[in-house]
Amino acid sequence: MAKYIIKRVLRSLLTMFIIITILFCLLRMMPIEGYFENYDKMTETQIQAKLNVLGLNDPLPKQLWNFYKQLLQGDLGTSNVYRVGVSINEIVAEKMPVSLRMGLMSLCISLCLGLPLGILMARSTRSRFQIGDRLGTVFIVIVQALPSAVYHILIQFLGSQSSVGKAIGFKMLFEEGEPITYVLPLISLSIGSIAYYAMWLRRYMVDEANKDYIRLARAKGVPSAKISRSHVFRNAFVPLVQYIPNSILLTLMGSLYVESLYSIPGMGGLLVTAIKRQDNTLVQALVLIYAVLSILGLLLGDILMAIVDPRISFSKKEGSR
Amino acid sequence: MGKFGFKSYRRQMEESLGDKLTEQLKQELSPEMSEEELFTFADFDTENAERGGYSDYSYWGSTLRAFFQNKVAVFFLIVILAMLAFTFIQPYLPGQKDPLTIHNNEWGLPLNNVKPGEQGFILGTNSIGQDLWSRIWAGTRTSLFIGFSVALVEAVVGILVGVLWGYVRKLDFFFTELYNILDNIPQTLLLILISYVLKPGVSTIIFALCLTGWLGMARFIRNQIIIIRDRDYNLASRCLGIPTRRIVFKNLLPYLVSVITMRMALAIPSAIGNEVFVTYIGIGLPLDTPSLGNLINTGRSLMTMASLRYQLFFPVVVLAIITISFYIIGNAFADAADPKNHVK
Repeated sequence: MAKYIIKRVLRSLLTMFIIITILFCLLRMMPIEGYFENYDKMTETQIQAKLNVLGLNDPLPKQLWNFYKQLLQGDLGTSNVYRVGVSINEIVAEKMPVSLRMGLMSLCISLCLGLPLGILMARSTRSRFQIGDRLGTVFIVIVQALPSAVYHILIQFLGSQSSVGKAIGFKMLFEEGEPITYVLPLISLSIGSIAYYAMWLRRYMVDEANKDYIRLARAKGVPSAKISRSHVFRNAFVPLVQYIPNSILLTLMGSLYVESLYSIPGMGGLLVTAIKRQDNTLVQALVLIYAVLSILGLLLGDILMAIVDPRISFSKKEGSR
Repeated sequence: MGKFGFKSYRRQMEESLGDKLTEQLKQELSPEMSEEELFTFADFDTENAERGGYSDYSYWGSTLRAFFQNKVAVFFLIVILAMLAFTFIQPYLPGQKDPLTIHNNEWGLPLNNVKPGEQGFILGTNSIGQDLWSRIWAGTRTSLFIGFSVALVEAVVGILVGVLWGYVRKLDFFFTELYNILDNIPQTLLLILISYVLKPGVSTIIFALCLTGWLGMARFIRNQIIIIRDRDYNLASRCLGIPTRRIVFKNLLPYLVSVITMRMALAIPSAIGNEVFVTYIGIGLPLDTPSLGNLINTGRSLMTMASLRYQLFFPVVVLAIITISFYIIGNAFADAADPKNHVK
């Protein structure tokens, strides 16, 4: 177990190192306008002076070394276009709670709705007409097949422009402190993960329900509600446990699409703004946070899964999962 | 999932199978033979001894038959074929307008935001006076091109790497470690990064999507190949000195056709969706390349004006039809291509 965790952590560190290096080198290929607020009005000497201050005229390996040194001190640099001279740590500290709050709410909603839907569908496959399963499948197919762009826009459109939505008082944009403006973004954020959790839980539960020990339980006369609760669901949920740390961590980054669609002042919206305004250091810092969070999420997920499911053996060769 | 509309078909086939079996049993035990005949030794017959267990089973025949039993999938197949054909024919039809020309009226003012069906514009014009109908079809062409290219690259690279990874034992460690590292990189991130750094355009998007798309395919093929690599028929082929290439193409890959097609069919809608996403963030295709992402993005900004909603509505409908069709066809085909479903 300890050996597995150490190996897994080392691999994650290696991945992080590779990603950060690639990210850094790629962003050095960008035009230098991204480091200036008013590039057009500056003279050549001013530009060179600023580049020297930022250390951008140094050779690439030295820049990379300085960058890592800076990172280890927990400094992400300063924004040069979005908010001139403000430390990125400060900007992030201000934006993250917004995304986190929104994300955790939507995660709760999607678990509370997605898991029961999955259980309902799985149980309905044993019934005569499988109505629950069929309706659920139609919902999942639609959510899975439509690009997320389409249903986000449709939800915003139907929610804020149709007469029903207007009557309830939904607004097109998010406003801090007004609970009703939370509803549409939350629907947008949750609907995809509801379908995701329901789809996988249904599949794992159907697989599990066909196993011999379940048949034995049925033959013994264990009530079917008890079977599905304490045997089928419990085992089927294990593979899904893997995704939960990742989902929690990634709420810190917010959703690129939904946040900029409703102009929620969170991390996702920030990244989109930074890209649109070509603020190189800000893009670099945000992408870095995103990468670190998702790698950490995968790592925690794997470790959690290994703890939860005692059947996973560690002597087995990795990669043959 | 993937069993969409399939349950009834399977049950029906099982029933007909049951009927056939009873029929056969009845014939074999037919009372034409007398009791005495039934209990005597059969003569040795060279012809009967040579007879093998021949059946007229054909893989592709059964696959197609199973696929065409699924009415929903066939409906969407017809829809998507018609749409594909139309996107290619459309520019050559008479009376079509160029998607990039800005139309002006006789006083030189742009004919902007013309309502659908008015002044000869089938779906109206956009806010600078370009014909929406031809823009939608040009956009569909771009989006489909992106989708098909990504799916093709994913298949080719994925199969190549997957076969090497699974079949060549020496490479297993290398590819496994490589996979474990690359798989941790979030795809959205890479997409954003590449599109941000490189010049926006169709080739950039295709490149960014291809970079990680093949990973899933390669891993799946590798796992399958490891399972079937040392089955007896492959061992026999190796003992008979059949070249590796032939074993791969004749013994291993046909086994995986269903999965490969399904993944390809699903790669197309996801590539199209990604293009819409990147264009929305503002690092996708430039405005002079009509694509569904561009059109939807422009339409979205006009959402609040009730009279201009058609500019959002039409591209969204086209996009939804394309992605749902590919999704359902892909899943149905994978079900049909699985020999377990060829109950006969």
